[in-house]
Amino acid sequence: MDKIWIITKRELNSYFDSLMAFIMIVLFLGFSGFFTWISGNDIFMSGQASLRPFFSIAYWTLFFFIPALTMRTIAEENKTGTIEMLLTKPVTDRQVILGKYLATLILIGIALALTFPYVITVSKLGNADAGAVLCGYLALLLISASYSSIGIFTSSITNNQIIAFLSALFIGLFFHILFQIISGEMKGLTGQIFNTLSMTVHFDSLSRGVLDLKDLIYFASIIFTGLFLTEVSLSKRNAFN
Amino acid sequence: MDIVIENLTKRYGVQKAIDNISFKVATGEIIGFLGPNGAGKTTTMKIITSYLAPDEGDVFIGGRSVMENPVETKRHIGYLPENNPLYFDMPVIDYLEFCARIQGIEKSRVVNRVAEMIKITGLNHEKHKKIGELSKGYRQRVGLAQAMIHDPQILILDEPTSGLDPNQIAEIRKLIRELGREKTVILSTHILPEVEATCDRIFIINKGKLVADGTPDTLRKQAQGTDIIRVKIEDGNPDTIFKALKELESVTMVDFADRQFNRFNVHCKSDRVKRDIFSLCVQNKWVLTEMTPFETKLEDIFRELTMN
Repeated sequence: MDKIWIITKRELNSYFDSLMAFIMIVLFLGFSGFFTWISGNDIFMSGQASLRPFFSIAYWTLFFFIPALTMRTIAEENKTGTIEMLLTKPVTDRQVILGKYLATLILIGIALALTFPYVITVSKLGNADAGAVLCGYLALLLISASYSSIGIFTSSITNNQIIAFLSALFIGLFFHILFQIISGEMKGLTGQIFNTLSMTVHFDSLSRGVLDLKDLIYFASIIFTGLFLTEVSLSKRNAFN
Repeated sequence: MDIVIENLTKRYGVQKAIDNISFKVATGEIIGFLGPNGAGKTTTMKIITSYLAPDEGDVFIGGRSVMENPVETKRHIGYLPENNPLYFDMPVIDYLEFCARIQGIEKSRVVNRVAEMIKITGLNHEKHKKIGELSKGYRQRVGLAQAMIHDPQILILDEPTSGLDPNQIAEIRKLIRELGREKTVILSTHILPEVEATCDRIFIINKGKLVADGTPDTLRKQAQGTDIIRVKIEDGNPDTIFKALKELESVTMVDFADRQFNRFNVHCKSDRVKRDIFSLCVQNKWVLTEMTPFETKLEDIFRELTMN
């Protein structure tokens, strides 16, 4: 755990030193703030004191921003060769992956925490449902964790950040939209399977304030699969990296 | 702490990068690892440091297998990878602190240890600079500092002086010699005098196989077999001199080094040859103007063993 934290701290420092973190946070707050409060079809149109418009906007912004955050985590170390330096320290591959993963999650956590003024504003406007707000944030955290694990995986299979970014978006696209569209076209069991695979379905149910074990298991399995595949791909290193 | 390598084999596809290599390195020895590019030096080092897993065989660090106990064995190794990869966006001091922490040095000792390494490697003026801003020589010092920050008992250095200018090479070599005292060191290099100057033993590896193992002296003797003396004899017909030399009892073979100037390479069996050549010249009233014993250089041994 100690080792993981040391790696996490280094990753976080590197996020902030390279200004990447600040740019991401500003852009995230800018985009989601604009579409939540200022654009025409915003929170004031819903007629309810609810953060749901914000959640569905953040759902989209995070979808694009997370691959941009995760793309360099391992790809850059593959490219510069520092991965060799890091993995020959007394740490396991898993500790390295978890350290990097945790750093990404913390950064996203910071970005989400900075939207806390939205909660205050909405609760001043009317009677907001605290449970629904909490569930919404939990849902955002969980989709972030899922996309981060996919992003870290795609970062580990290449030494090119752009490829890592695009393949993370490509994989994410299936969970984000395609599975839901496919499930709409299919009937019976196949339709149901694709419906279950769709991130949007689970996100919607959770952000509506329904805490269901099924959704939690869904997110947990994506996170686990992503991290597991990262470990597999990291263990398949070759000497000429 | 000793290193035992047993029947190590590593394949990339069908090609064998290293092919059934076995050797032992005793505690405190400094080993020079030689071989042409692509011979398998780096691969062997990567396996010792648990970066790569071998296809067959195993490496034991102080009796512990690197396959079963990688985290434990890595703790005793300081490794400077080829090309010295570093986090260019980190300041030197932060980077060394990170390395110290990840090597498991207690928090309270980290600052002291980092300061000590900065002092030893002469990085004091550069410690707040980002690594990417440093020159190659200084980066190499950072690489050495990170490898030795936890005072490991084993040092694995992959071409520690490649790409440096002669002054920097001398400095880095001195550093290695100072810091490497009482440590087991394996260092790979292309610079042969470096090996002669710093190493107790030499391994020469070619096409994934170990082709020579010994001290520089024993290797030289092995390769030499016969001594060679270069002589220059004037005031005579080169062909007559050639014949006369050939007929000497202590001489096994003669060839022309330079016919025009009457210079010959004389291969000989015994030390008597010098006297024999001298008396031969006196008998025939030739003038002996040069007689140099020819030492087989490490370069020659290296080329002989690795060229096919």
